[in-house]
Amino acid sequence: MRLTAPERAMLEGAQGRARQKAMDLLVRYGEALGAERLVDTNNVCGTVGASTPFLRDFGLKHGFDAVFSEFSLDSAEVVPIPKVEVYSSHLQQGLDPEHAQAQGIPPEVVKVYRQGEAYTARLGVQPLNTCAPYTVGNVPTRGEHCAWMESSAVVYINSVLGAKTNAEGRESAGAAMLTGKIPYWGYHIDENRLGTHLIELDIEVQSTADWGLLGYYIGEVVQDRVPVVAGVRSIPNLPRLKHFGAAVASSGGVEMYHLVGITPEAPTREAAFGRNPITETFRYGRAERRQAYEQVNATAQDSQIDFVMLGCPHYTIEQIWEACRLLEGKRVHENTSLWIFTPRATKQLADQNGYTKIISDAGAYLMSDTCSALGRVMPKGTRVAAVDSAKQAHYLPAIMGVQCWFGSTADCIEAAVTGRWHGSLAE
Amino acid sequence: MAALLNKIVLRGRKVVGGVAEGEALVTRDRISGWGGIDPRSGTIIETRHELKGRSFKGKVLVFPGAKGSSGWSSQFHIARLAGTAPLAMVFNEMTTKIALGAVVTHAPAVTDLDRDPLEVIATGDWVKVDGDRGIVEVTKKG
Repeated sequence: MRLTAPERAMLEGAQGRARQKAMDLLVRYGEALGAERLVDTNNVCGTVGASTPFLRDFGLKHGFDAVFSEFSLDSAEVVPIPKVEVYSSHLQQGLDPEHAQAQGIPPEVVKVYRQGEAYTARLGVQPLNTCAPYTVGNVPTRGEHCAWMESSAVVYINSVLGAKTNAEGRESAGAAMLTGKIPYWGYHIDENRLGTHLIELDIEVQSTADWGLLGYYIGEVVQDRVPVVAGVRSIPNLPRLKHFGAAVASSGGVEMYHLVGITPEAPTREAAFGRNPITETFRYGRAERRQAYEQVNATAQDSQIDFVMLGCPHYTIEQIWEACRLLEGKRVHENTSLWIFTPRATKQLADQNGYTKIISDAGAYLMSDTCSALGRVMPKGTRVAAVDSAKQAHYLPAIMGVQCWFGSTADCIEAAVTGRWHGSLAE
Repeated sequence: MAALLNKIVLRGRKVVGGVAEGEALVTRDRISGWGGIDPRSGTIIETRHELKGRSFKGKVLVFPGAKGSSGWSSQFHIARLAGTAPLAMVFNEMTTKIALGAVVTHAPAVTDLDRDPLEVIATGDWVKVDGDRGIVEVTKKG
C-alpha cells in the first residue's frame, strides 16, 4: 500500500505508540483488502466501550486502555490512548444504565459501564450510544468519506444520504478515530457504488413491516451485491428505509442499494447501473413477500407472547409517537413485557412531551443505549418474543435461543396488550 | 503414490501471513460474525445456517465469505482470545468484514484462488494454508 509521508511517519511512531499501532493495523487491514492507499475521514462511528459481557470481564481485569489497545487496535501490548484525532461517535452499548434492574444487570456492571462512559468522554468520543446516529444529528453529507460500523447505519448513509463508507469493524473504526484514515476501497470508490442486480416490484410496498420484508428478501437473493429497486410507488420515510436497510444487511450483506427515482445516486435506472450490466433481475410479488415472511418467522411457533421488543434499529421520535397512539390508555398483559428502545437524545424528547409517561403508565419501558440482541437483555424467562424488525427477528433467536414472531408495530402492541400473537401477513 | 494423487495445490494471494494445517470445515453458506457465531465456544449459531451447531475451533474454515453485522471482526477477535478461532481461513469474496476479521484473528488466510476452494475442498480433508505464499495444499480424505 502507498502511504503519504505523514502516514509513514505515523507508522514509524512519530505521533506516539497508540497512533503507530493504529497505523500498523490500518496497513495490515488495507493490504488484506488489496487497497492501494488510505483516505482521510472526519466522521467515524464505532464502539470503544466495554459493555458487552466478554469485554466487561476483560475491562474489569485489565482496564480501559487495555480494552482499547486489544479490541480497537489489535494490540496485546497496552498503550496509552490519546484523545481522538477526528469527529467520532459511539454506537450502541451493551446495557441501559437507567434500566439496569429491569434488564437484570447487577450494580457492579453498571459501575463498569459508567467508568467506560467517563473514559469515552475523556477521549472525545460523542456518546450517541445508538445504532442510528443519523437520527440524532450525525448526518453525513453526500460524498463525505466516513468510517462507520453498524451494518444498518452503513447501508443507510451510503444509500439514502450518498455518504461513502464501508462496513468498518471495531478495530478499524478505533484506528480511524486516532488517525483520521481508513483504507480507500469498496464503497469509497464511485464505480463500486453502481447497481448490480435489479429488483422489480410487482406489489406496492408501503408499511414499515412491508419494507422490512422487502429488505429481508433482497438480502437473501443478492447477498452482498448492490441491488437497484424499481417500481416504488409510495415514497418511504426515514423509519421505513431504516428498517429496510437493517433487514437487507441481516439476511445478506448489502451495504449499498438504490431506489430508482428516490435515492440520490439513482435518478434513473440507467444512472443507478452506470456501465454495469444487470447481473440478474428478480421480481418481488406476493409469493416473494410470503417467502420472506415465512423465513423471518422461521422460529415462531407458540402464540403466547412473553416479550415484545420494539426499536431495532432504535426508534425515531415519530415511531415512539406512533407506538404511543396505539398504546395510550391500555395496559400491557400481566404475563408479557414491552420494551421500546431509542437513542438517549430521543428519549429526552419523549420525556419532555409525555411519551415516556404514556409508555410507563401502560406498564412498558422506554429504554436507551442498547437493544435485546446486542446487550443480551430480555425479561427473565422469555421463551417467545415478538418484534416489528426483520433484523431483530433474524438475530434474537440465534443469540438468545428464543422463538421470535415478526409483524407490524400494531401486531406487536396488540400482542403486548393481549399476551397472544394474532399477527398475520395481509394479502 | 496414492497420497500424491490425492494432493491438490491451489494458488491465490495472502490475506494474513503464517502457515497452519488441519482438518477442513467447508460451508457454501456465508458466515455472520456477530449473531452468527458464539465466540466463546467457536460454534455457528445462525438459525438457518447449514453448519448450525458445528464448531470451527481448530479447523481450517473454508467458506464463500462474510455477511451480516459489522461486529464480524470483533466476534472472531474474541474467538481468538477465547481459544476457539479457526486455525486458518480460505475464502472467495473479499469484504471489509472478512479482511479485518482475518487480520485480527491472526490466523493464516488466503483468497483469490485459481480454483474454487468450495469445489475442491470437502469437510474432513487435510488442508495446509501458507498465508505468505498464498498457497493452499489439500490432501483429500480417504
